[in-house]
Amino acid sequence: MRHLNPRAALVGIGELKPQRRTEGITTMEMLMQVSAEAIEDSGLAPDEIDGLLVAPQVGETPQHVPATVAEYFGMQPSMSNMVDLGGASGPGMIWRAAAAITAGQCESVLCVIGNHRNTPAPRSPNRNPAREFDTPFGASGANTSYALLMQAHMAAYGCTPEEYAAIAAGSRENAQRNEMAIFFGKPSSVEEVLASPMVTSPLHLLEIVMPVAGADAVIVTTAKRAETLRHPPVFLNGAGEKITHRAVSQAPSLTSGPLKPSIARALTQAGLNVRDVDFLSLYDCYTIMVAATIEDAGLCEPGQFGKWLNDNGGMGPDARQPINTHGGQLGFGQPDLAGGMTHVVEAVRQIRGTTPNRQIKNCQSALVTGNGATMSEAVALVLGADL
Amino acid sequence: MIDYSSLQVPGPTITDLSSPFWNGAQDSQLMLQLCDTCHQHVFYPRPLCPHCWCGKLDWVPACGQGSLKSFSQIWKPGHPGWIPVAPYYVGLVLLREGPTILSHILTGSDLPRVGDPLVLAPTEVSGRVLPFFEIAK
Repeated sequence: MRHLNPRAALVGIGELKPQRRTEGITTMEMLMQVSAEAIEDSGLAPDEIDGLLVAPQVGETPQHVPATVAEYFGMQPSMSNMVDLGGASGPGMIWRAAAAITAGQCESVLCVIGNHRNTPAPRSPNRNPAREFDTPFGASGANTSYALLMQAHMAAYGCTPEEYAAIAAGSRENAQRNEMAIFFGKPSSVEEVLASPMVTSPLHLLEIVMPVAGADAVIVTTAKRAETLRHPPVFLNGAGEKITHRAVSQAPSLTSGPLKPSIARALTQAGLNVRDVDFLSLYDCYTIMVAATIEDAGLCEPGQFGKWLNDNGGMGPDARQPINTHGGQLGFGQPDLAGGMTHVVEAVRQIRGTTPNRQIKNCQSALVTGNGATMSEAVALVLGADL
Repeated sequence: MIDYSSLQVPGPTITDLSSPFWNGAQDSQLMLQLCDTCHQHVFYPRPLCPHCWCGKLDWVPACGQGSLKSFSQIWKPGHPGWIPVAPYYVGLVLLREGPTILSHILTGSDLPRVGDPLVLAPTEVSGRVLPFFEIAK
């Protein structure tokens, strides 16, 4: 199982600038714009795209999403599907695209994800166990779930509020090198993070991503087709995925998540040690998510993320193992489900060696993570400059 | 004393399968399913045991004791109906029978700590009794 074979390559990327509000703009318009950008970036002709992977569209298209998007784009794909893994949907698309290509069902797959942000946000239509058994007690969605995970992590290991806040501060520092980021021009110190209002303890406002509109797209094709395209290809060298639960009350562990086996599987397939990865592009809906991922990746022992980050020299492009150089979602903003794909797009930029203002020296490999629901849906990818 | 009974907040979305849980709560009991094959308790209600997939689950009362696995003090509720009682605590309750449930935690003047012993504290909210928990004295 060591190699994904034959390997696929990521050859095109597109990303819209995050916006707080998009009144009058539809998700479909945003998806088409970002897809055009990714297709142009790849050098493929639009009619060479024969696969389409999309994500759920909050409040716009409840069913038949692939057909609705394909028709809008004027495409007739021979493979299409909707990937519904929350924040792991973007990374989850990438290995599914590679698998569909390997199965011979298509050659070039457009993976596209995004959402508008118009008022009023639709209230949850859920009629499932989390709605029946959590909501009536005053729990309030993802913020409460991650607060419960963070409190359990603090209680188990004695980590300090400053250690978690350093992740938010480091992310916003990285965002100062990304003009697209929602926090560009707005850095936050550890003290400012801890002085921001408590939302749901122990999470402060600045430890939580800012919801924005946005969209990201990635084109995946065969390693062979990639040889003659515009950019040096970025290869998919490993992937791992795991779902453990949905509601936080049903989590098998509050301090370690399904990214642990997912990362291990992806690294094994790639034949890479986590300490040798050049760039860590880690899903960061909340500060606790990065802390838990650093520990689940095996970069340090449980509870030691703060010391590890310090020894790592922070998170910037000059750190020993740079993290989330685009600012992460904590600095870039969280464009709904596209948030997870921003980590893929930045990894492609870094491995190409063309990242503006923040290029990591000699970046040959990246670990990308996606995470959904309550630290319960996980996808890890290892990307590399070489097969 | 906080008055929860006058809150206007979303209640449970009860199904035929889950009604024994909510009817039990109305009578100040915490009802769980028990598998007569693998003898494990099941929460939330299922048509089949998710541990062994046998078909026979019986409703039994739980002892109403547990411990606090984690908690959060909510300052900005997701639903505006909860604003009158904010900040308030929710927590994950590890029941003595094995399952974990999320509930509202009544703390009085105590600051909760992970590991605190908890007891069932049935509380009327929006015209329905819900199985809240409180820190055991």
